[in-house]
Amino acid sequence: MTKNPLSAHIRLNPEDFAPASDAQKASQVVMRESVSFWKDGFRRLMRNKVAVVSAIVIILIMIFAFIVPLFYPYKYEVQYKNANNLKPFTYSAEEQARIDAGEKVFPHVFGTDKMGRDYAIRVMVGTRISLLVGIVATAIILVIGSLYGSIAAFFGGWVDIIMMRIVDIIYTIPDILLIVLLSFALKAPLNNLAATPGFTWINKVGPNLISIFIVFALLYWVGMARMVRSQILTLKESEYVTAARALGVGRGKIIKKHLLTNCIGTLIVTTTLQIPSSIFTESFLSFLGMGVAVPLPSLGSLASDAINGIGTNPHLLFIPAIVICLVILSFNLLGDGLRDAFDPKLKD
Amino acid sequence: MVKYLVKRIVLAIVTIWAVATLTFFLMNAVPGGPFLSEKAISPQATAALEAKYGLDKPLIQQYFTYIGDALHGDFGDSLKQRGRTVADIIGMKFPVSAKVGGISVLVALIIGSLLGCIAAINRGKVMDSIVSVVSTLGIAVPSFVLCTFLLFIFGVKLKWLPTMGLSTPAHYIMPVIALAFYPTAYIMRLMRSSMLDVLGQDYMRTAKAKGLSGKAQLFKHALRNAILPVVTYVGPMLAYTITGSFVVEKIFVIPGLGGEFIGAIQGRDYTLIMGTTIFLAVLIIVMNVIVDIVYKIIDPRINLK
Repeated sequence: MTKNPLSAHIRLNPEDFAPASDAQKASQVVMRESVSFWKDGFRRLMRNKVAVVSAIVIILIMIFAFIVPLFYPYKYEVQYKNANNLKPFTYSAEEQARIDAGEKVFPHVFGTDKMGRDYAIRVMVGTRISLLVGIVATAIILVIGSLYGSIAAFFGGWVDIIMMRIVDIIYTIPDILLIVLLSFALKAPLNNLAATPGFTWINKVGPNLISIFIVFALLYWVGMARMVRSQILTLKESEYVTAARALGVGRGKIIKKHLLTNCIGTLIVTTTLQIPSSIFTESFLSFLGMGVAVPLPSLGSLASDAINGIGTNPHLLFIPAIVICLVILSFNLLGDGLRDAFDPKLKD
Repeated sequence: MVKYLVKRIVLAIVTIWAVATLTFFLMNAVPGGPFLSEKAISPQATAALEAKYGLDKPLIQQYFTYIGDALHGDFGDSLKQRGRTVADIIGMKFPVSAKVGGISVLVALIIGSLLGCIAAINRGKVMDSIVSVVSTLGIAVPSFVLCTFLLFIFGVKLKWLPTMGLSTPAHYIMPVIALAFYPTAYIMRLMRSSMLDVLGQDYMRTAKAKGLSGKAQLFKHALRNAILPVVTYVGPMLAYTITGSFVVEKIFVIPGLGGEFIGAIQGRDYTLIMGTTIFLAVLIIVMNVIVDIVYKIIDPRINLK
């Protein structure tokens, strides 16, 4: 049959009705591969140079605090004979004699303190204690605060009102007064508890450290609770949650996919910014003599001990002070970077 | 407005009561008593002293007696510093702390908002970068670190400034710097971002379009709006200054209320602990309420509810 150019007749082949091949399907997709929340945030974070540098500094400090002491030839609580108040890279008479005899002696990189303890290892262990306090206290705050906040937001109504009034009251209590009082009040019960079998670990950690944690658990979660509550309240009313509900998405999936995912950015940021503030409070308390138990050092107590010898041995003060500043600064800057990356809405 | 006021005041009273109650039972939970540490004192004398101050009665009764007296404005006598009432001690020590704290607050407000403004106006220029570096550092340096650095450089090495006490104006320089540094840094940040926000508003464009001079734009329109967030920070700043003064007073040997408080706890001076705690709590809470109310008065856009 010859083709008539003027005919409107369409000639069809059976192949025209075959399902599209994968290659054909792929050519129809115009959208990019979907980027997950984490990938997107991480990419934005990596573009922020200040945040990346802070993260590297934090990792270095953690290596310094947790890994280096394992290989370090000195112990933080051991007092070396005749090695009191050594300047950095100097040796006591006995060590000098051993060096002269051809032995290799590891130098006291930061010198020693007035009790003859190697200062470098004390700073490392002190950094470890301060970091641990910051992280554990923040974990406590995170759990209590987010649970409390989400329960208040979830139930709403009078439960919410009562719970938030309690938060208001705790929020206005001048915290430092109570911290000082609490750490004194908790000392004796904790000491008694430490004397009973099964709780002897308390002595090792120091009753003061435990009371610091208790104080954080009692007072400092309110900021987190407020944050989470307001976040969930707004999210609950947002259009995409309504849309998801209209599409028949189940309650569990809404919580998991929409509420939680959108909260996590805020939680990460608040947590990262809470860590330096916990370290700050711990070093403040240690400085006032209410921190960790001797011989355990923390950055605050190291600085506090060094004040009396500030004229002769200023490096004993400057080293822990600089480490505190470095830790707080890098956590703050990383927190700011995380906020920009994961929670652009919060940016001022 | 009235409803808001009533709500705030009721909340403030409940908070003060909660602080007083918590403090009372906490300090009694601390083992040992005010008269145990003293040497050469017989058990009979201890018992007599305890009876004199009512410490032999049940705790609950002591609590209600104390609250009753406190409501009448009677905070009792100090248990350790014989012959002096708690009110006397606070009246003597607080002015010292208040002077240092007040000067620090003023310095922080003036320098902080000035530098914050300058940074916002010169956005992206050298001045802006300097301010942001200083404010980032200021937030990361704990007050005791700053104190000790200042002490070492200006007191020990250069010997420019006296290191102890408060007898001359020069004595105030280091404590004030140490106390004001953090709030100054914070206010700088706050002021910069709020100024940038205001400068982008439509009414600023209107002011420029109707031909106002740069000065009038800045002072009449921008500054008055940008200062608002700083006002809200005054309450927390006050609390910070009181807290910070504990450390600053310890390092610079200033005879203020902070040292008195720590000493009272260590000596189990029950009435003095209660007195200082309630005094400081009332101070902080009342200031917070005043700041909130002032804020809502000067910014009519905030609805009172």
